[in-house]
Amino acid sequence: MDILSLFIIVPVLTILALVFTKGLQQARITAMVGSLIQLGMASNLVIAYFKERAVNDSIMLFTKDMIWFDHFNIHYAIGVDGISVALLGLTAIIVLAGVFISWKMEDLPKEFFISLLVLSTGVYGFFISIDLFTMFVFYEIAVIPMYLLIGIWGSGPKEYSAMKLTLMLMGGSAVLLVGVLGIYFNSNADGGALTFNILEIAKVHIPFAAQKLFFPLTFLGFAVLGALFPFHTWSPDGHASAPTAVSMLHAGVLMKLGGYGIFRIAMFLLPLGAMEWSWFFIILAAIGVVYGAFGAVRQTDLKYINAYASVSHLGLVLFALLTFNKIAWNGAILQSLSHGLLTALFFALIGMIYGRTHTRDINKLGGLMKTLPFIGAVYVITGLAYLGLPGFSGFIAEMNIFVGAFENPDMFHRVLTILAVSSIVVTAVYILRLVGKIMMGPIIDEHHHDLPKVTWYEKTGILLLLIPIIGMGVAPIWLSDMIMASLQPFIQGVLTH
Amino acid sequence: MISGISIYEIFTLTSILFFIGIYGFITRKNLISILISIELLLNASAVNFVIINKYMYPDALQGVYFSIFIIAVAAAETALAVAIIINLYRQISSVEAKDTEIMKY
Amino acid sequence: MNLSYLLLIPLIPLAVFLLLGIFNTQIKPAVSGYIGVLGLATSTALSYYAAFQYFFVSGKVDGVYQTFVEKVVWMNFTETSSLKYLHIDMGILIDPISVMMLIVVSTISLMVHIYSRGYMKGDDGYTKFFAYLSLFSFSMLGLVLATNLFQIYMFWELVGVSSFLLIGFYYTKPSAVAAAKKAFIVTRFADLGFLIGILIIGYYAGTFDFQTLNAVNPEGEALLLNWASTTFMGMSVFTWALILIFMGGAGKSAMFPLHIWLPDAMEGPTPVSALIHAATMVVAGVYLVARLFPMYYFVEEGFVLNIVAYVGAFSSLFAAVIAITQTDIKRVLAFSTMSQIGYMMLALGVSSYKGEEGVGYMASMFHLFTHAMFKALLFLGAGSVIHAVHSNYLKDMGGLRKYMPITNITFLIAALAIAGVPPFAGFWSKDEILVAAFEKNEFLYFIGLFVAGLTAFYMFRLYFGIFWGKETEYTHTPHEAPISMTFPLLFLAFMSIIAGFIPFSEFITADKVGFEGHLNYTMAALAVGTGLFGIILAWIFYKKENDLAEKFAHSFGMFYKWTYNKFYFDEIYIFVTKKIVFNLVAAPIAYFDKKYVDGTMEGIGNKTVWISRKIKGVQSGKLQDYAFSFVGGVVIIALVFIYLWTN
Repeated sequence: MDILSLFIIVPVLTILALVFTKGLQQARITAMVGSLIQLGMASNLVIAYFKERAVNDSIMLFTKDMIWFDHFNIHYAIGVDGISVALLGLTAIIVLAGVFISWKMEDLPKEFFISLLVLSTGVYGFFISIDLFTMFVFYEIAVIPMYLLIGIWGSGPKEYSAMKLTLMLMGGSAVLLVGVLGIYFNSNADGGALTFNILEIAKVHIPFAAQKLFFPLTFLGFAVLGALFPFHTWSPDGHASAPTAVSMLHAGVLMKLGGYGIFRIAMFLLPLGAMEWSWFFIILAAIGVVYGAFGAVRQTDLKYINAYASVSHLGLVLFALLTFNKIAWNGAILQSLSHGLLTALFFALIGMIYGRTHTRDINKLGGLMKTLPFIGAVYVITGLAYLGLPGFSGFIAEMNIFVGAFENPDMFHRVLTILAVSSIVVTAVYILRLVGKIMMGPIIDEHHHDLPKVTWYEKTGILLLLIPIIGMGVAPIWLSDMIMASLQPFIQGVLTH
Repeated sequence: MISGISIYEIFTLTSILFFIGIYGFITRKNLISILISIELLLNASAVNFVIINKYMYPDALQGVYFSIFIIAVAAAETALAVAIIINLYRQISSVEAKDTEIMKY
Repeated sequence: MNLSYLLLIPLIPLAVFLLLGIFNTQIKPAVSGYIGVLGLATSTALSYYAAFQYFFVSGKVDGVYQTFVEKVVWMNFTETSSLKYLHIDMGILIDPISVMMLIVVSTISLMVHIYSRGYMKGDDGYTKFFAYLSLFSFSMLGLVLATNLFQIYMFWELVGVSSFLLIGFYYTKPSAVAAAKKAFIVTRFADLGFLIGILIIGYYAGTFDFQTLNAVNPEGEALLLNWASTTFMGMSVFTWALILIFMGGAGKSAMFPLHIWLPDAMEGPTPVSALIHAATMVVAGVYLVARLFPMYYFVEEGFVLNIVAYVGAFSSLFAAVIAITQTDIKRVLAFSTMSQIGYMMLALGVSSYKGEEGVGYMASMFHLFTHAMFKALLFLGAGSVIHAVHSNYLKDMGGLRKYMPITNITFLIAALAIAGVPPFAGFWSKDEILVAAFEKNEFLYFIGLFVAGLTAFYMFRLYFGIFWGKETEYTHTPHEAPISMTFPLLFLAFMSIIAGFIPFSEFITADKVGFEGHLNYTMAALAVGTGLFGIILAWIFYKKENDLAEKFAHSFGMFYKWTYNKFYFDEIYIFVTKKIVFNLVAAPIAYFDKKYVDGTMEGIGNKTVWISRKIKGVQSGKLQDYAFSFVGGVVIIALVFIYLWTN
């Protein structure tokens, strides 16, 4: 069995095992074991990747190719490079942390964990695929369970939020499908057969007219998931209604699919179209960065603040991708990883606070540092990491993006870069407002004097996320070098096109 | 070949019969009347089959077979439809078409 | 020179921080205090050893102090092989100013650690306090030793955060939280400029490394010569970068108009004010400019240095005027700090590079050194007083000399030092600054002289107000602080007396060669005279309880009120942040988002539902309707076909 297909088989087997479980205890143990194995596989993959990379310098490693549907030349083609390895690791960590955070899921636990694992299967499949069609299928597999997860286990106006989220993302994938088919039907531009294989399409010179037409479609299809302004409004509502683990997975992993897809498909396969359109989308992205930050300043619901902060931080990812600079690209990937961990941690903490105080309104919270010292301390650390404090993952990602974005010397990019850089101040404003309001100050609600202590599974979940954040921030060189090495084909394919 | 009568005259007759049937189908309110109109439609087409067979392919009999089929199917269909109507009548005490639109959407 | 042991100087406090931070609840307060002090004492010992090694054993080669660097690559921006190899290093850089700063930071930090053992006794967050102090010490020592712009930026942010945590140490007090937030956000805003400056330098110079940026050949010309090649709005991009970097420095060093966070930062515990907001972190801006001094001096003939000088001079005057009217003793000291840092900036701004012309640079560093000693002493003394009377306000004090003799004497020494009375430390460094200013720009010199007078006045107003003046009735008798608090006072008083006799100009100069320092007697006499005048004025006003001062204040009327309210700068800032940013930017964006962006998406959804509702009317459920449309359709199609075929 090859090392990558396991990433699909293990979750599927876990799901099958879950079908036969009874009750919360069995379900959560099964889910935990399953995701623990996934994390083990991911760590194993990282080690195997470094070993293999030393002797093999092809673009994708551990490739495997099986014909799936002959007529349209659809393959089950898989392979990874440094970028996907990093993102697979991220997924494994967040899924496991999500299982721990959902330890007390009393409602239909079996079905909940099944949906969660279906989602993760889709994400794993997406990251390992190098066939456009297979990738698209996995993309849909990842998006659909969201509807159930929010609609059934959510809170507040959950049906509305679930519907909104699903419809907007489906709208995005409809546009995306057109783009994907457009790429497919132009994949024989240099002669040869039509193909869905990314590596083969990358070698083809797709005509400029087609690129110009299909780039915006492909880009927008993914950008909806990446919360590009003005297609971000599903995210605040969706996150606010989703249960904790789902918010974590969604903001932490699923939204990364957008940036990854844009990079791997839209930009890699349609470089000329990307160049042609970049000025337009980069404006949207830069607006999104500042807009999301200011949006977050004004919100009062903890989850809304985080959702808008995600718009801002993921705007930075899209912004970095569109600057067409390898340092910024490196930063974009790092930012995806960093934001994934940080935002998952934030949602986990919000879930814990909500679980104890039953409110997410920052005006009703205060002085929690006193009653919840552990959660409070981690919350402050996460907040500081979120605003780009050195020593945490956010800093290196942002610095890569800024240094890279500064490499474009024309006035247009300079202005946008400075706009994007200025978001660090606004980020500080809303993070400190948050920390000052809910963690510090006097205790507002007298019921908050005595809150349940943090439990072992919550601590495990938190530490699972916190350790990589600090690790990335303290010793970034391995990760950033690994990603940098994987950018080589993009540099050749896109920058020198 | 019926002497003195051209195929057009018979076609005219069946067409009139057919459109009477359609008219009845669309305008009648009573389900039984609608059923009768359907019978008219079927009969018009059955006559057409026979006539076309007779005038155009006098040596063959397929058209006649078809009309026999149609008569048989029409009988079965009528029996079924009447059964439904009777059941419907038991349910809603009406055989008006406008009372049966609850199945929409 | 073997540098590896120097790594321990910042790493020991880091280890202490991690130990105390992670096992916060398990460690007993008494133990955690000892761990903190012990860690810092080791760092201090190493710093002194390093200074001895550097200045007296192996630092000087051919009459020039060398720069020693040891570093590792921390992160690559580009591949090692690429033409423009951008990367961040982590390492340690040893040259005269960084060694001097090591001494300053570790000494003051150690004193504050010792002092805090007494001052914070019985506090809930005792262990946490020492953890934060260690975190700060680590960050500040790392900042001092930084080898490149990015490294200094990283530690710059870390000291900012430590400052945030320590100001907000009493986190249940809303005013402390607000002050912490304010300090962080204002400095963060300044750091935005710093960061953009770094980015500009990274792009145009292709390196972040101090050594490369500051490289100067033996003839005294800068090696980084491409500064003129790219311009923006008529000035070299490097000039812009240096202005922006100075903005970062001005934010940390509380220079006008980014000073507003410093007075509020006094909400933190007093030892913190002594350590961070008097002696070490706030001089980071000065250190930054000094660190990049060759760049500042050579790029466009030192244009930016003029800005530095004027900003420094103005801040020093501005703060000194405000300090006269404040009644919270810590705030007086805060404005005094701002004023003295303005002095240091002024000195840097008027300095030249080579030989004795670089006296400003030397004076600035000298003043940084002496100021750290006597200002920390003043704060610790004030802390001791606050500890005794449980109030920050002058009105609750008076006549304390009888109850607190040690504090009284040490405070007096510090006040004399800051007032520039010989032979105390401040006299020597202030004199050099005035000499440097006089040589370059007489206008700035007179501002400096005037500020010296003001300094002496407000300092003795404070001194007389606390220890002499009216005989206040105390509800419980104030008593002298415990030994853990008086020992640092005595040590720093000792330093304030002797620090001035260090021949600084032989150790620390801009071109690292060193020269023989000498005293300009005319200048010195003038400065001392001004200082004494200020002291005498304060004597008349405040020695005995009388209403002279009040009458005097009244004669100024409006001006007094403006000064008392710090020229309403806080109000302006609150107006800008609350009214403009919050209500005119953030609120409309939130509204726009809800109403239009989300409204559009929602509208698309609602329109779809609306259209579908319209269309479903066609699906009436009436069989006859369907038949009618069917027949109608057939007829229309038939007609169309007939029409087409007949033509």
